[in-house]
Amino acid sequence: MGWTLLILLVVLTVVHGNPTVMVRTGSGPTVGFDQHPNSVPLGEDIQTTTEGESEVVEEVMTTGVLNPSHYPARRAATVVQHYLNTRYGSPYRWIFLSTVHSGSAEDVAEMGRKYQLELTMQEMISNVSGQCSAELFFPGGEGQSAPQVQASCEGLHQSNTTAQEEAFYQQHRASNNLVSGNNIPDSYGHMEPSMKPFWQLGGVASSFIMLRESNESTLYNMAQVANFTQLETEKDQLRFNYHVLLHEMISQEIIHWKLLVTWSPEQGVQVLQTELQPKCHHCEAPPNTTN
Amino acid sequence: TMKGLLVLTALFVAVFGKETFEGDQVLRITARDEVQLTLLKDLSEMEYLQTGPLCWFTTDLPTSVDIRVPFTSLQTVKAFLETEDIEYFIMIKDLQVMLDEEKEQMLSSARATAPRTSDDYDYSNYHTIADIYAFQDMLVAENPNLVSKIVIGQSYQGRPLNVLKFSTGGTNKPGIWLDTGIHSREWVTQASGTWFAKKIVTDYGRDAALTAILDKMDIFLEIVTNPDGYYYTHTSNRMWRKTRKPNPGSSCIGTDPNRNWDAGFGGPGASDSPCSETYRGPKAHSESEVKSIVDFVKSHGNLQAFVSIHSYSQMLLYPYGYTRTPCKDESELHNLARKAITDLASLYGTSYRYGSIINTIYQASGGTIDWTYNQGIKYSYTFELRDTGRYGFILPANQILPTAKETWLALMAIMEHTKDNTN
Repeated sequence: MGWTLLILLVVLTVVHGNPTVMVRTGSGPTVGFDQHPNSVPLGEDIQTTTEGESEVVEEVMTTGVLNPSHYPARRAATVVQHYLNTRYGSPYRWIFLSTVHSGSAEDVAEMGRKYQLELTMQEMISNVSGQCSAELFFPGGEGQSAPQVQASCEGLHQSNTTAQEEAFYQQHRASNNLVSGNNIPDSYGHMEPSMKPFWQLGGVASSFIMLRESNESTLYNMAQVANFTQLETEKDQLRFNYHVLLHEMISQEIIHWKLLVTWSPEQGVQVLQTELQPKCHHCEAPPNTTN
Repeated sequence: TMKGLLVLTALFVAVFGKETFEGDQVLRITARDEVQLTLLKDLSEMEYLQTGPLCWFTTDLPTSVDIRVPFTSLQTVKAFLETEDIEYFIMIKDLQVMLDEEKEQMLSSARATAPRTSDDYDYSNYHTIADIYAFQDMLVAENPNLVSKIVIGQSYQGRPLNVLKFSTGGTNKPGIWLDTGIHSREWVTQASGTWFAKKIVTDYGRDAALTAILDKMDIFLEIVTNPDGYYYTHTSNRMWRKTRKPNPGSSCIGTDPNRNWDAGFGGPGASDSPCSETYRGPKAHSESEVKSIVDFVKSHGNLQAFVSIHSYSQMLLYPYGYTRTPCKDESELHNLARKAITDLASLYGTSYRYGSIINTIYQASGGTIDWTYNQGIKYSYTFELRDTGRYGFILPANQILPTAKETWLALMAIMEHTKDNTN
């Protein structure tokens, strides 16, 4: 009977809470190392930590010529990607880092670190690639201050998005049919074609936050658009509330942000407000992770 | 009132032995006071109405109950309720229609998710843990001379940790280990692992290179290395990474299984906070998902290669993550990695970076392949599969097959080299 099914569903939903906490205490044997020729004894090249604390190890940030395969150049290059999206991105133009060709970094006397990079960037919708030269400055010191970027690219703007952008703009400009959506893409990586430009717009808008929040120990990507809602068009700008999930690679955290976004073909993407969402309401705030 | 009851008892309807629920309705009835409560109790005791015992929603008033009213009694019951001014509304307008729809839904979803053979299985889609476990049993049943299932332990929530063993016989042959899904949100890895399993049984006896590998060595494949986490990504949080074991004194759950190994454990490159995604756990090997593999590796004693598969970033990595000291075999591992990613790129042009963990991605302590390498398993590698951030963890299903196929070429390069360098 349908009732059995309904009851079963109710019971299942209730059961999917946290399992009853049974703290299992077990003292396993201390794990030692087999003395295999390849094995490396513990203690070599590791900072010892005091109880309960993790010491932050000063990363040996390479100065001088950077290896394009290694992470310092890659992280800096991703910051350039975010910067380019804030400048040139739209619902039909979304830029991603393709290749790091070369790079160098140097300390700037107690003020921060400066990078110089040669990159290939790719526009995702048109598949057009372009060569970019970029300079970044990561400010040092205690305050979290956004990196400063300068970049010039050849060939990236070849993609002609004017017609699509204009059509999209006209389609959504009138306020009688405001759009909204959620889980873009869904768990399976799928999205309705009509949602795609909103996903792309979300990615570009996220770039404003990702640029601002970036430093040499972060690598950001937008993981998902949790939801977006179109608001009334104001001053000829399409307006949206977005809730996005950002993935930060080094901490592996998923960070929730709410944004107020505007766009028009002429003005480009602007982010008027940003609001960090708590990780979860009943969790402790995570302390700074080591790295 | 008595009048209402008289109306009811005046009618007699034989409704026993009904075979369908056509036209039956479910009514939600609200009793405002004791009088109404009593009236409704009397109603329920009238056998021909077949409403059954009443389960009231609450013990104080007003309260409600849902009852099924057979079609033949509908008019009578509704007339009674209206006469007595008892509030009700129709929850289900036609019970049979609803049951038919439900049944159709269940059948069609059963058709879609219950392949009869591993040839029917949809490799180009993401599957639930139940599907994958059923697939494993199917593969073993279809290939009893090549595939067996070993349960190496249980997850925190008691799910079996299944390892498929691909073997052409013999005792204590050198072995190759592959695992996918240690981080549950990295769905393309479990999906690829499933495809690898099928690929192995398909290619044995047909592909010379794979046949030569299996004639000399056994392959062990753990597809759902973190089943509790995987289940959680389906039911609650697609972005869940860790295990699902609670942490005493914290409301945050789970340990990062790729920071829980005894290699540089406690050092920088992992967190000591249970709320962190890179929480190393209370001690090394505290997670049963990790300890089970540790025990397996030690008791096997003859593994020659160990490949742990993650996503995303498109990288092929070798030890170490916890220290900048190059591993002893760096040169060989670096060259082999180059060959592997060149083979990978040959299929669709997908470009991978490669190098040690600490140089290529970040410092990470307590990682899987640092431990396996330190155990003497020289060919220890970690993959980070597609993509590089556009979709990230939520890779579209139409990229599963291309990802699995190109990755397989890299795995073959590693396995062949291992075979050629094993006694």
